[in-house]
This record gives sequence, structure tokens and C-alpha cells, in this order.
Amino acid sequence: MKKIQILGPGCAKCVKLAQNTDQAAKKLGIEYEIEKVTDIKEIMKYGVMMTPALVVDGKVKTVGKVLTPAEIEGFIKE
Amino acid sequence: MPEDTCCTPARRCMILSCSGGSNVGQLSNQAAVELTKEGFGSMYCLAGIGAAISGFVQSAKDVDEMVVIDGCPIGCARGVLKQQGVPERNYLVVTDLGIEKAKRFDLDPADIVRVKDAVRRMLGPDSVRPADDACCSGSGGDGC
Repeated sequence: MKKIQILGPGCAKCVKLAQNTDQAAKKLGIEYEIEKVTDIKEIMKYGVMMTPALVVDGKVKTVGKVLTPAEIEGFIKE
Repeated sequence: MPEDTCCTPARRCMILSCSGGSNVGQLSNQAAVELTKEGFGSMYCLAGIGAAISGFVQSAKDVDEMVVIDGCPIGCARGVLKQQGVPERNYLVVTDLGIEKAKRFDLDPADIVRVKDAVRRMLGPDSVRPADDACCSGSGGDGC
């Protein structure tokens, strides 16, 4: 199962990234779970400078961007 | 959490510096610390990038603006970035400012100012911009 995490405190941009990620994963037809990491101390453990950030199977893929579903599909498939 | 409680707008200039065992290594580091305190940008973790930790590496690749300060022409900070595939931007070598490298750690405050001024001249007044997509930089300036 693909483990996807969205790092961010829960503002509109973080929510949007999570929505787009869900859309992308559904389109790919894969088994997945999305976790929203909103606690700042937990976010800091990933070493990201900005949020929202996209993490796939433990690897940070993008930082500080709200990606489109098409862009996210590429990162999920990597 | 509503949007207006999101943390401060991102300072999207990442500052990476040498922190080596010489006066110029520590001048690089101290200049980075002081520039961060002065709100110019955010000092970040060169060691984390060197350790290939994905959050640090990706942050360096995705940040809008960056300045890299090496102490001397050995260029360790530059080498770290190259090894991790991070594009180099706005690169400064402290010894190029006429400051001689020496094995001492008593830093001349005037030299710190010289390094900071050189960084500011390199980037110009628009280096720190408000966030576009990013919503938070709380994890950056407060430690990593």
C-alpha cells in the first residue's frame, strides 16, 4: 500500500494539496492511505523548510507547493 | 485549522553556510546566523542536505531563493549541494572578499559585516518575498 503524508498545519493550502493527492491516487487506482501531519513538532522531524509538503513512502517529494492532481500522479508513481 | 491561524509567511530565501574549523568557516556561519536574525532569510541545514535526508534536500531544491556561503575555495558547501543534485544559486566565498583564512576563532565583527553586506549585494532588495503556494515556514526558522 502506498503511504502518503501531507505535512502542514491545516490551512487552506494544505487541505487543497490533500484533496488533489486523494484525487490523483484514486485516478491511479492504487491502494493507498493519506495521513495529514499537522503537528508542527512532527512536521519538523521531516526537515522541510516550508509547508505544505508531500511525502510518499517516507520520502519528501515536494516542499512549499500546492500541486495539481496530474503533477502528484507522477510523484506517486515514482 | 482556519487559514488565518497558519504560521508566518514563508521567508523563501534559504541560507546555507560552511561552518568549518577556521575563521572563515565560522565567519560564514555567523553571517548566516545574523542574517537570519535580521530577517534576511532562513539559515538551513547543510549537514541535513549532506546526509541526504529527503526533507532537507527537497527543501533546497524547491525553495525560491538561496544563498550559499563557503569559507574558502575548497568549497565544501558547494560540494554538498552538487552531490545531492541541488542547483547552486548565489554563491559567495568569504576569502574572495579579501579575508585571509586562518586557524583561529576570534572573529572580527567588521568581517562579519563584510560578509553580510556581500550577501545582501548579491541578492538585492527583493530576495525575501511573501509566500505564494507555501503556507508555513515555522519549521524552517525555528530549527530542523
